Order: sequence, then C-alpha cells, then structure tokens
Amino acid sequence: MGYFSEIYHGAKSLVIGMRISLDQFLKNFRGDYNTPYPHKTLPIPERYRGHIIFTNDEAGKSLCIACKSCEKACPSDCIFVDGLKKEGEKKKSATQFDLDFTKCSLCGACVEICPTDALTFSKRYNLASTSKVVYAKIDLIKDLENRMQKK
Amino acid sequence: MSASIDFLLGPAWPWVRVLLFLGGTAAFAGLNAAYLVWCERKIAAYVQRRPGPMEVGPQGLIQPIADAVKLLCKQLLTPPAVDTILYRIAPVAMIIPALMCFVVLPYGDALMPTRIDLGLLVVFAFSAINVISLMLAGWSSNNKYAIISSARVVSQNVAYEIPMLLTIVTLILVTGTTELGTIVGQQGGWFWNWNILRGIWTLANPLVPVSFLIFFICMLAETNRAPFDLAEAESELVAGSFTEYSSMGFGLFFMAEYVNIVVGCSLATVLFLGGWHTGLGNLLDFLPAWASALVGLGAFFVKLYALIFVVMWIRWTFPRTQFYGLLNLSWKILIPVALFTLLLSSVLVKLPNLF
Repeated sequence: MGYFSEIYHGAKSLVIGMRISLDQFLKNFRGDYNTPYPHKTLPIPERYRGHIIFTNDEAGKSLCIACKSCEKACPSDCIFVDGLKKEGEKKKSATQFDLDFTKCSLCGACVEICPTDALTFSKRYNLASTSKVVYAKIDLIKDLENRMQKK
Repeated sequence: MSASIDFLLGPAWPWVRVLLFLGGTAAFAGLNAAYLVWCERKIAAYVQRRPGPMEVGPQGLIQPIADAVKLLCKQLLTPPAVDTILYRIAPVAMIIPALMCFVVLPYGDALMPTRIDLGLLVVFAFSAINVISLMLAGWSSNNKYAIISSARVVSQNVAYEIPMLLTIVTLILVTGTTELGTIVGQQGGWFWNWNILRGIWTLANPLVPVSFLIFFICMLAETNRAPFDLAEAESELVAGSFTEYSSMGFGLFFMAEYVNIVVGCSLATVLFLGGWHTGLGNLLDFLPAWASALVGLGAFFVKLYALIFVVMWIRWTFPRTQFYGLLNLSWKILIPVALFTLLLSSVLVKLPNLF
C-alpha cells in the first residue's frame, strides 16, 4: 500500500507547488513585482547606517566644535579632526574632518559621543569606486559644503 | 487565387512545396528558439516576482536578437584536446534530427509537408538521435563534466524512451494508424473526441489521461528539461555536454533544445489534444475554407503554446531531481503504469471481437 500512497502524496505535493508558483506568476500582472532597481529604489529605512556626515544648523553651518571626542572614541582610528577658533566666533570650528571609510565598522561611537550632535549617519549606499583612495579619505566639511550648494 | 496556389503546390511543382517547407521550417524553428528563450526568461522572472528582461526594446522584446548577435560574434573556438571531427559534427547532428521531425508534423489540414504512413515512427526515430549527438558532444569534448553529462543523458533517455513508447503503443491500439494526419482526423467534432478524453467514454482506454501524463513527463525527460535536466545541471556540471562549445556551436545546441520542446509539445497536441481541431463541433462550419484553416492553425498554436507554458512553469517550480529519483520514477512508476494501461487497453479493444 506504501507504493500507491507514495505516488498519491508525491503527486499532491507537486500540484501544490505548481499552484504556488502560478499564484506568484499571476501577481505580476497587477504590477506587483520587485522594484526595478536602477530605475526605482525603495525608501531607505530610518535607522540605516551609511558613513557618517555632518549635520547642519539653519544657516547651513556645521555644529562641530572640533573637540575631538569622536577621534578618541573611534575604535578603528578612522577619524581625523583638526580645528581652530576663528575671528569673531564664540566656539572652535573644524578646519579638517577626514573619515577613513575603508576602516570604519559603522559602530556609531562617534555619533553617540558627539556633544553637539554634529554627526549623523548618512543614507548613502550606492558606494562604488575603482580606487580605494576615494573612500580612504572622505572630507566631511567639503561634503557639507557640496550639499548646501545643491540646496 | 486558390487555383493558382493549388497549381503551385500540386504535383507539377514538387520543389516549390519543398522550398516552402524548408524556408517555413527554418523560420519557424529559428523564431521559436529565439522567442521561447524570451518567454522562458519572462516566465522565470514572473514566477520569481521580477520584471524580467526590460531594457532592450519594449518589455525586452529585442533581447533575443541581441543575444543572437552576441553569440554570432563570439569566437568559434576549438580546444586543442578535442576530437575535432566529432566535436564539429555533434552540434549539427543535434539540430538536423530536431528539424527533420517537422517533415511529418501536421499543423493543419493542408499544412502537412508529407504524409508518411509511419509518421509517428519517423518522429521517434529522429528525436532519438539527439541522445547520440549529446553523447558525441560529451565524448569528443575530452572534458570530465561533458562525459559525466553524456553518461547521464544516455541512461536517462534509455529509461524514459520505454514508458513513452509504451504509451504510444497504447494510443496506436486505439487509433489503428501511425499516420499523424489520420490520427488528427479521427479527433474532429467536439472536444470529447480528442484522444485525451475519447478513450474514456468509448471504453477503449479509460486511463488515457494517465497516458497523456506519462507521455508529457517522458517528453520533459527526453528534452532534458527541468526537473530532469541532470544532463546540463549547471551547478554540478558547468554546462554538461556543451561545456567546451562556444559561439554558434553552443547556439545550435541551445536552438535544438527549444526545437525539441516545440516538436514534443506539437506531438502531444497532435496525439492527445486534437491537433488543429477547435473542439467546438460544427459551430464554425459556416466559415469559408481559408478562414477555417486559419482558425485551425490558431487552435493548434493555442494548444501548442499552452503546453510549452506548462513545460516552463514546471521548470521554474520544481528543483532538479536526484539521479536515483529520476530512474526510480521511470522504472518503478511510469513503466509499470504504462504497461498496465497497455494491457488494459489491448484487452478492452480486443474484447468485443471475442463475442
């Protein structure tokens, strides 16, 4: 009797499989398929961690006070900050803020420790380059300037 | 006009008929090979909830042409270690038998290149050759993957030829002829006259739907389609017998694979699904002759492409079987069931003669 029940159950499971794939097949005709990636993209989730970037105030300036807390907090030593107090300004500001993204593990210690909330995670994920140099030194100050200019 | 066509196609001009057949078959086979690949990719994509080819032309419709141009432009490489003559013969020996099957396949009342009394046998004789071609390809390539693939192809095809021919013998018992045009002719009228249903109510072979299923499964195995595509299991054997082939050498194998699917599905349509008959009885009899010929051709193509869709649907649903599973299915299930239907059918056909 095992012979026939094997055939019966085998055939039944095949029919169930065929029905599932047909279901999926038909759903496409309602335009309900995957996002056609290069043409359309899904919204990036709120908590996505791209490489760090500067936040800015209303004037479009960075909040960074060049305190170097992030440099010290970084476990991978991939942040380099330098800053000075400019004429007529109350606080210090960064003159150089370089991120070595080839070493960064996106742990977020820098974002956590920043006293002025000057750092945040970006939503950038289309990161590709033919040379390592581009991501070995990401200039956050220039990046902020570029973003402000685009606005 | 039809008089002149009759004159051209009549016995006075036999070569016109031959030329039309050659051109028509080559065009039909080429078009099918190209656009079935497109269909296959679209269906695969849709089953997996992707849009499929979209970039080249609307809905990727020009993609097959781009693929063909790419294949044609590639270098025709002959690896140093191969058996050169056999290596070159194999792809040709693969495509020619596949095309030869079209000689007897009736696509319509008048769309039949030749009427041969042993038409069915011709189709099986030629479609069996592709095993030898695949074996030649694997043997001459001097490549371990290719030779394993050849061994698999041969044992697989030997195992599946038997239940296939057994179901065909069962069918011939009912039809009483192997001439494909006559077989289709018997299935006229309403759709319950089609061979897949006729055996049930004439009590000639009540298990004829099972026969059809066996025939279809064997057809999948004979054409090396998933889930029986052990011969070119790309995750284990690179590309099976075609591993060493490049450019159109590979292209011919690829074309032959799709032509074989068309031949197999056409045969299933002719033998079981009433060929060019619409299955609507005499509802369409008011149509003029040319219109009913067109409707017949349309009906044939609807059935043919529905079957091809099922073939692709199966491919993208089921994973590849293991080799033991493949042989067990044939020797333990298909052959006993086919033998039983053969016995049952022969008893039922001959029983009335005894009284």
